[in-house]
Amino acid sequence: MTSRASRPTSEPSPAPELRHEAGWQRGLAGALAFTRRRLTGDYTVDDFGYDADMTNTVLLPPLRLLFEKYFRVEVIGIDNVPPDTGTLLVANHSGTVALDGLMLAVAVHDHHPQHRPLRALGANLVFDTPFLGPLARQGGVTLACNPDAERLLSTGQLVGVFPEGFKGVGKPFSQRYKLQRFGRGGFVSAAVRTGAPIVPVSIVGAEEIYPMLADLKPLARALGLPYFPVTPTFPWLGPLGLIPLPSKWLIEFGEPIPTADLGEHAAEDPMVVFNLTDRVRETIQQTLYRLLLRRGHTFLG
Amino acid sequence: MAGMIVLVTGVTRFLGSSLAGRLAAHPDVDRVIGVDAALPEPAARSRMAGADFARADIRNPLIARIIEAAGVDTVVHASASATPASSAARTMVKEMNVLGTMQLLAACQRSSSVQHLVVRSSAAVYGGSPRDPAIFTENTPPRAVPSRGPARDAVDIEGYVRGFGRRRPDVRIAVPRFAEIIGPTVKTPLTRYFSLTPAVPVIAGRNSRLQLVHERDAVDCLMHLTLGEFEGVVNVAGNGALTLNQAIRRAGRIPLPLPSMALGTMGRLLRTVRVGGFSPEQVHLLTPGRVLDTTRLREQAGFIPHFSTVAAFDDFVAGLGQTIGTHTVETLERRVGALVGIRPAVPDDPPQFAEYGRPHLVGIDGDAGQPGLRRRRR
Repeated sequence: MTSRASRPTSEPSPAPELRHEAGWQRGLAGALAFTRRRLTGDYTVDDFGYDADMTNTVLLPPLRLLFEKYFRVEVIGIDNVPPDTGTLLVANHSGTVALDGLMLAVAVHDHHPQHRPLRALGANLVFDTPFLGPLARQGGVTLACNPDAERLLSTGQLVGVFPEGFKGVGKPFSQRYKLQRFGRGGFVSAAVRTGAPIVPVSIVGAEEIYPMLADLKPLARALGLPYFPVTPTFPWLGPLGLIPLPSKWLIEFGEPIPTADLGEHAAEDPMVVFNLTDRVRETIQQTLYRLLLRRGHTFLG
Repeated sequence: MAGMIVLVTGVTRFLGSSLAGRLAAHPDVDRVIGVDAALPEPAARSRMAGADFARADIRNPLIARIIEAAGVDTVVHASASATPASSAARTMVKEMNVLGTMQLLAACQRSSSVQHLVVRSSAAVYGGSPRDPAIFTENTPPRAVPSRGPARDAVDIEGYVRGFGRRRPDVRIAVPRFAEIIGPTVKTPLTRYFSLTPAVPVIAGRNSRLQLVHERDAVDCLMHLTLGEFEGVVNVAGNGALTLNQAIRRAGRIPLPLPSMALGTMGRLLRTVRVGGFSPEQVHLLTPGRVLDTTRLREQAGFIPHFSTVAAFDDFVAGLGQTIGTHTVETLERRVGALVGIRPAVPDDPPQFAEYGRPHLVGIDGDAGQPGLRRRRR
């Protein structure tokens, strides 16, 4: 991808139509090479199933389009994410369908100077679902549990966690931007145990993509889902109802909260864990209110 | 210290026979007795070269007499949790595995000479459910304990071994939990599965992670644990992981996604047309996908596998032969590239040209490229 930039300047630059041609042809050659790597199994996955080749070539580009053109995501404070150490991103979760996790992945990959891959933690329902489960693993998601989180953090990965879980994604539209309970603070103990800093992340805009007006609980139970949403367009318009509303998004990365100096037994001390959990939650909540004011109009921004 | 006298079970199989042979050649070992219910085939016989063979069924109390008479001090139960080459007789396998282990342990418990016990186990004891962490350490409690099949046997066998450990605390017990063993020689349901050609059935919508251990590493590791000091349970696996679809591709085969219900029909169909060896259970066993943490193996047991998972698999494929070679795919890429007039980024092409902007670059296949085209740089 860097060939154009690294080309010696002394050379005569090709005619515009040729340069254009070279661009799509490079793209096609890349696609061919990718297909070949897929067909011959010539790629690597890590122990968690993360497939960097697949993620960067196939999964990220369409999401990037959504990120830049559709939601027009504004990224604030990406410098608060350390360059290469194990770090825990803690974000709010909303929007009926967890697009915020995907947008967060694009944000840290595209906007961070080191293009760090996001290793998000997902619910077991994700890994139980055919097609979605393997896809999530390829994209770097692993199960939200302490062993996995600590292993990733101690190997210097950037881990993303949404402590609200389904309580956050599946909350009614009337409760938008009101943080739900932050679980049992398992994510804090994982960070404390590995000495990884916690970066609070506030995401504004995801609440409005699928405004959930009602939850058909009996149907959800029958289908084994955590909730069954009714939005202004779903299920009334059928598949058209799956199109998210084009809200304006803001993602702010807050000041990192260091955990390395808390001492050896802090992870087992419930007081430390609860206090830290509350601090992170409060920071995200306050930032959300501030960002909402800053955004102004929901769709125009 | 006088030389060791070692009893190895399951010497008709690759692991047992290789181990017996290797132990017999070791200077610290006086005598190796290989036992099995059947006579070893010539290949196995030659692998266990210097070892004695005693035809005995470990389900029979006769085994106690062999141990007593020879004064065996080390027992290596290499046939425990073995995955049989044929999936035909499930009951038979269970009997050999579970009842055989019980008899063998009973014989060891009664013997005063036995000081070391190595029982082969399998990573299947971790079961597999979406609620399990991605990587298992020896202490990870399984969320879904396997309820049947070889995995259940492995769990039961480990239970009996723990019981034995309580009754004979003076005996050193090592229990290696092997990832799937693979290699050019060993024959397991997994090697048969990957030998299906040209398409290998997989469950649609699932793509599990595989971790493998090379047959040579498996033998070396058993050898290391037999002669070493390590005590306890330890994971044994090659570094890294592969996904099932990736492995099938690397083997030069095509993954054939089927709904999980259709797999049984497929298995029966294949058996009818005598393309044997494929059992749907095998595919289901592969579905959970397990990756093991091998820190204890490296740091406490002091054994470092030579082959990574990918290297072990590639060594197996080298002996198998690809149906659709990597070369074919690369040639195809060049053809397609030439057809649409682009320069494909095939890895083993000549080094990139130092200078750009040369009007006519000659392609890999000898075709002159169009002017102004640039090679993709990565």
